[in-house]
Amino acid sequence: MAEPPIIVVGAGQAGLQIVDSLRRGGYSGRLMLIGDEKSLPYQRPPLSKQYMSENMSDDRLLFRPADYYEKKGVELILGEQVSAIDTQARTVVIDGQTCEYAKLAITTGASVRHIPVPGAELEGVCYLRSVEDAQYIRTQLSSGPQRVAAIGGGFIGLEIAASARELGHSVTVIEAQDRLMARVVAPLVSEYFGDLHRSHGVEVLLDAAVSGIERADDDSLIVDLTDGRRISADLIVVGIGSIPHSALAEAAGLTCNNGIVVDEFAQTSDPNVVAAGDCTMHKNARLNVSHRLESVQNAVDQAKIAAATLLGEPKPYEQVPWFWSDQFDAKLQMVGSSVGFDRTVLRGSIADGEFSVFYFNDGVLIGVDSVNRPSDHVTSRKLIANRTAVSDDVLTDIEQNLKTLL
Amino acid sequence: MPKVIYIDVDGERHETDVANGLSVMEGAIANGVTGILAICGGSCACSTCHGYIDEAWIELVGPPNEIEESTLELASERRAGSRLTCQIAMRDELDGLVVHVADNDG
Repeated sequence: MAEPPIIVVGAGQAGLQIVDSLRRGGYSGRLMLIGDEKSLPYQRPPLSKQYMSENMSDDRLLFRPADYYEKKGVELILGEQVSAIDTQARTVVIDGQTCEYAKLAITTGASVRHIPVPGAELEGVCYLRSVEDAQYIRTQLSSGPQRVAAIGGGFIGLEIAASARELGHSVTVIEAQDRLMARVVAPLVSEYFGDLHRSHGVEVLLDAAVSGIERADDDSLIVDLTDGRRISADLIVVGIGSIPHSALAEAAGLTCNNGIVVDEFAQTSDPNVVAAGDCTMHKNARLNVSHRLESVQNAVDQAKIAAATLLGEPKPYEQVPWFWSDQFDAKLQMVGSSVGFDRTVLRGSIADGEFSVFYFNDGVLIGVDSVNRPSDHVTSRKLIANRTAVSDDVLTDIEQNLKTLL
Repeated sequence: MPKVIYIDVDGERHETDVANGLSVMEGAIANGVTGILAICGGSCACSTCHGYIDEAWIELVGPPNEIEESTLELASERRAGSRLTCQIAMRDELDGLVVHVADNDG
C-alpha cells in the first residue's frame, strides 16, 4: 500500500505556498492539494483591479502553469469539497471517499460576509471572492453603462469602485461607518481616499446603513438606506468583510476562535495538523499578538512556517504584516497595525497625494500607512521589525531619508 | 513573438516566447521558472520577482523608476542589473533578453 500523503486542503495562496515550500524543502513523499474551485490555483488580488479594468485573461491569474503540479509530483484535486476530517484516524473525506493522511494542512481561506437585509438575494447583487464572481461583474460592466453601487467602503468596495469608474460607469460607495477603510487606516487616510474617489466622480456616502434592496419598476435595483435615502443601481457589489472557513476544522474538534487557532509554528490543537492563511487565528512571535489577517503576505509567510513545521524544522512566525491597495493613481501600502495607537505623525503632503502616517503606541512605532511613498513603506517595514526608535524630527522632514534611522 | 531566456536559481535555462505587453515576470510564471514568486501579482509591492538583467541587456532594458527603486530595497542581494521583472513589459527590441533569477524564496 502506498504511504499516506501530506494533504493540503485549500488551493489558494497559502495552500500553493505550502506545496511549493515542501518540495523546495526536500519533501519527496506523496503530496495532495485539494481545492473546491474548478480553476487551477490562481491569485485573487488582481480580481478587483487589473482583471476588471484591463480585461486581463484568466490564464494570467494562475500561480503556476498546468504542468507544474505533475512535474512536482503534486496530486491536484480540483472542484471537490473535503466534507470531514477525522484527526484520530488521520483521514479526510473527499467527494465521499476516505483518504488517509500522514500530515494535514488546512488552508481553506475565508468566504464573503453576506449582507443580512431583505432583497440581498436579488439578481444583480453580488460579491467578489472568486474568479467566477469577477467574471460575472466584468460581464455586467461590459454590457453598457451601468450604475454601480458598492456596499462597503473597504478595500474591495473601493477597488471595485475605482475600476468601474475608470471604465466610465457611474459609481456610488455606500459605507455604514463615518469614514472609509475605518478598520485599517487612520482618519486622515480615510479622508484622503474619500476625496480621491470624489475627485474622480465617485459618489461616496458615509454613515449610510443599508436597510434593504428592492427591484425597481424598470427592473433595476434600489438600495434603501436606514435614513430613507434610496440609491438606484444596475449592479450592486457587496464588500463588507469575510468570515474564516473554519467549520470543517471545528467539526473535527480543532480549537477555533474566529478562525482556526494556531501557535507561532502554524500548529493547530492537533499535532498532525497545521493551518495557514486567512482561515487562522494565529500568533505572531515578534508582535506578541494573536490575530486573524486576510492578506497575501500572511498567506505566503505563514504557509512557509507551516511547511517548515511539516518538514520538522520549525521556526516561529514573526513577519511584520503588510498590505497594499491600488485605487486610481494612489498606491496605498500599509505595514504593521494601527490598532491601539495613541499618537500619529504625518510625513509628506496630503495635498500632493504623497504622504505617510506613522502610528505610535506608548512611544513605539506600530504601523505606517503610506500613499505614493513606497520608500517610506519599505523602510518602515524594517523600522517596525527592529523596533527602531524614531524621532519626529526625521519623520516630518521629507528632505531626510528615513534610511538614516536604520 | 520575442523570446526571453531565464536562468533560474537552480541554474536551469528556460527559453520561452513572451508576448509583447506581458511582463517579464508573467513570462516566468507562465513557464514555471523557479524562483520568480511575484506574490503581489505585479503591483510593484513585494520584490519577489527580482531578477538580474544580463549585463549585455542592462542598457536596453533601462533603469527602474522611483517606485521600483524603493521596492527593490526589499529584494534579496541587489546587484547591477537588478530589476523587478513585473515592471519590464515585453517588446520586440528585447527579443533574446537574458534574465538571471534571484533567490526570492529565502
